[in-house]
Amino acid sequence: MHYHSPSTFEDAARLAASTTGVTRFLAGGTDVLVQMRAGMVLPDDLIDLKGIPGVADIQQTEDGGWRIGVAVPGIQLGAHAALVADWPGVVEGMELVGSTQVQGRATLTGNLCNGSPAADSVPGLVAAGATVEITGQDGTRTASVEDIPAGPGKTTLAQGELISAILLPPRGQNGGDAYLRFIPRTEMDIAVVGCAVSLTLDGDTVTAARVALGAVAPTVVLVPEAAEAIIGTTLDDAALEALAKAASAACNPIDDKRGTVAFRTDVAGVLAGRAAKIAYTRAKGA
Amino acid sequence: MAKDGLTEFRLVGTRPDRPDGLDKVTGRARYGADISAPGMLWAAVVRSPHAHARIVKIDTSKAEALDGVKAVITRADFPEGLTGEAWNLQENTMAGDRALYDGHAVAAVAATSAFVAQDAARLIEVEYEVLPHVIDVDDAIKPDAPVIREGAADATVPEGMPPNVVRYMEFGHGDVEAGFGAADLVMEKTYKTEATHQGYIEPHACMGQMGEDGRGEMWVCTQGHWFIRKMCTDVLGLDPAQLRVTPSEIGGGFGGKTTIFMEPLSLALSKKAGGRPVKVVMTRSEVLRATGPTASASMDVKIGMTKDGQITAGRAEFRMQGGAFPGAPVDFALMCGFAAYKMPAVEHIGYDVLANRPRAAAYRAPGSPMGAFAVESLVDEMCRELGLDPLEVRLKNAVHEGDKASYGPKFGSIGLEEVLQATKAHPNLLAELGPNQGRGMASGYWFNHSGDTSVSLAISEDGTAQVSVGTPDIGGSRASIALMTAETLGIDYEDVRVNVVETGALGVNEPTHGSRATFASGKAAVMAAEQAIGEMCRRAAAKWGIDPEAVEWVDGAAQPAGPNAGKFPPMTIAEIAAKMSSTGGPIAGHHESVPEGVGASFGTHVVDVEVDPETGRTTILRYLVVQDAGRAIHPAYVEGQYQGGAVQGIGWALNEAYIYGEDGRLQNTVFLDYRIPVASDLPMIDTVIVEVPNPGHPYGVRGVGETGITPPLPAIANAIHDAVGVRLRSLPMSPPAVLAALKAKE
Repeated sequence: MHYHSPSTFEDAARLAASTTGVTRFLAGGTDVLVQMRAGMVLPDDLIDLKGIPGVADIQQTEDGGWRIGVAVPGIQLGAHAALVADWPGVVEGMELVGSTQVQGRATLTGNLCNGSPAADSVPGLVAAGATVEITGQDGTRTASVEDIPAGPGKTTLAQGELISAILLPPRGQNGGDAYLRFIPRTEMDIAVVGCAVSLTLDGDTVTAARVALGAVAPTVVLVPEAAEAIIGTTLDDAALEALAKAASAACNPIDDKRGTVAFRTDVAGVLAGRAAKIAYTRAKGA
Repeated sequence: MAKDGLTEFRLVGTRPDRPDGLDKVTGRARYGADISAPGMLWAAVVRSPHAHARIVKIDTSKAEALDGVKAVITRADFPEGLTGEAWNLQENTMAGDRALYDGHAVAAVAATSAFVAQDAARLIEVEYEVLPHVIDVDDAIKPDAPVIREGAADATVPEGMPPNVVRYMEFGHGDVEAGFGAADLVMEKTYKTEATHQGYIEPHACMGQMGEDGRGEMWVCTQGHWFIRKMCTDVLGLDPAQLRVTPSEIGGGFGGKTTIFMEPLSLALSKKAGGRPVKVVMTRSEVLRATGPTASASMDVKIGMTKDGQITAGRAEFRMQGGAFPGAPVDFALMCGFAAYKMPAVEHIGYDVLANRPRAAAYRAPGSPMGAFAVESLVDEMCRELGLDPLEVRLKNAVHEGDKASYGPKFGSIGLEEVLQATKAHPNLLAELGPNQGRGMASGYWFNHSGDTSVSLAISEDGTAQVSVGTPDIGGSRASIALMTAETLGIDYEDVRVNVVETGALGVNEPTHGSRATFASGKAAVMAAEQAIGEMCRRAAAKWGIDPEAVEWVDGAAQPAGPNAGKFPPMTIAEIAAKMSSTGGPIAGHHESVPEGVGASFGTHVVDVEVDPETGRTTILRYLVVQDAGRAIHPAYVEGQYQGGAVQGIGWALNEAYIYGEDGRLQNTVFLDYRIPVASDLPMIDTVIVEVPNPGHPYGVRGVGETGITPPLPAIANAIHDAVGVRLRSLPMSPPAVLAALKAKE
């Protein structure tokens, strides 16, 4: 195995483009190192990104959005009061990943690129309308977070491409977001169903919303029908019922060791309603 | 020699610091994987990915050619011709012509580093012919099920039984049909429990060394090193006296470390590698795939009850699979099932069935939790049907000293009535319940055990004492034995050091199992101390020139037994010890026996739960354990045992399960998906220690380690029913299962 520690994303991209075997990028390492230890992935080239300047920074952008470095661990997101005030749902999703020790290392970018449909931080990013900056050999491009996962363990990134930052839009006024997951325990577990809702209010009425579901399809999914069910409403019971129905209808899950198709489909609707109520309360309080 | 329960002791019943505490919190304690030696090699094990497969060919040539590889072994390196349990152990250690479960070892390698060993293991090519497999016990008992092993049935199995039934039993007393005829309500239901793992934090680890001359050593994490010695030498065809086994500190066992898994591999590899020591450390996946879980069970129970709650008869027919080998604890499950009830008539029928799963090992009160789940669930169902208070029904039918037990013998001193009364008086029973909240109760039983025990005690030159025991300390036995020894000798707790010593130092000891260490090693330590006291009294008598019979031992000193014995100032243990070299030499005591007087332990649990009706998720709100300890030597440890048992039972009830794919492979081989409870899942577990002293132990000890895992399974099922009106008769009562039951009710 070759270990590389490039000092720019461009160098990292060139390195990745030139490798012929199994290549992995290393930031927090909470997936890669565990997979290596278990013998599941034995990389020929391991490209460590932590030496690149700025990867551990959280910066507010000129438009009021946020730029989050690829090596920022969950615990730093939680400690960033202004970011938490803007995007509590995004942060609470990331904070559910692993234990306190894992929080000291695990990153949003890693959670996204691991490609798990159950990744706890991804529905929140999708609901928030977050994008990623992607560096390749020929420069950078941006893409929506929901366009990155391609199925369990897979991304749409080409060889020689890597994410160089997560970009959150400006929160704006009267907005709120929330993420809820279902696990049979209270921590140290993986989502059986996850749901994030981000919405904006005008008075009591929802004027914009995005709903994303995790662990109910091969990738985290954005569910426009679920958002439409609450846009224009005051999140009354009828709207919540329509939201739950739309969320359940969007599910395409599997039966596996973590849950059944019927259970995931039902609980997706339940969590959508509960997350929407929290987001609504946060928007009112904002 | 029994002491009454009202006696206030100087040390027994106090809560001093644990002797192993500092080592454990500073990381100084040495566990199985912490042992290393010069020239040591590392092992890796190749395991079957198939639930059932014929091993066509194993090609080890590429592994052997890898630089750093010092030995590769397959079954061909083990002696042939073993029979009975020795063959079972050998077959489970390393597959013969067939792999019998996903994770069954088929080859092993020793190399100069762990990485090289793992690389070499990947280079071993095994050709399999996959065979049909069977996982579920109800499938395995079908007449046309895939046959795990021809001719495995023992003499108890009548002609014509299905091929995977390897043990059969029936026992009982009274006229069961007449009993059902006299009942106002007879109910019969079927219950199922899944296999669960002991879930100890420390994976199996050992370092073995074996020379060409058949002399060897082993350092191992185990509950019983004499068992390790016998089993390893049986499997390898060696002389047990030539293997010295030293136990490490132990990070949990719960019964799962009373047998061997990969230990003989280290010795066989070492022998083949010219006697270099070989370390084997399991990964968590190996632990879950290839070490003992408990059995899974399918159980029919029938009970007759009068409308005022008198049980008239019971019948239990249990089917259990314990993996690809005989030994599912169906006998214990049946014996414990009705133990809390006075049964005028009862019938038990049991089937031990083979399936393509890892070989079951003991797990905390083996079998008893399954039996309790079936019987205590049905008793609750019948109480609801008849509108009776489940606690009053349990009191009405409770067994007492002198009653014939459901499984035959007469009960000695037991404390079930006292436990039930203490439960009834507990404030948790008055806590108000809100919507979707419910309360459930259940009782549980464990026999407790004695077994081969050998202890020695030595008085040091300064009058302090060391006790050598052969029962590894898995739950506080060093502290408890130190307390009892110090109490008996009349010295301070801190002046007694209890060591768990190697197989060369004592007579044969059974493992720490059956809740026996504090009872059996503790009783033997007290007797060894009394022997040393006798010798110290003789030394004082010689000094004073009086008859040794005229000397008594009071508060850590010899003194004349009365005015007629003479007038001498007391001679303290320190004074006697300081002069022992010139008064006859070392002073010691020892005791070897199968200590008599085991006292059984009953417990009752009451749990409050809240069920989320939209997700089926169960939250434990309140949890109460009431159990008879006999006498709590170190109450903090007793409470810890009660809480630990309850928590393991809660995990078994709610989320733990072996999940197999259609291919017969275990799917949840890490703690992420094998869901034992985490701390934040649980409230503080409330405990009440009931003390009905066991007259068979000098300080009244009964043994407290196991009963506590028994009641949670039914108690939680009963509480869920109370909360949301659905009866779960199959474990785990996971959110999908509860939600499906709620939807089926609608």
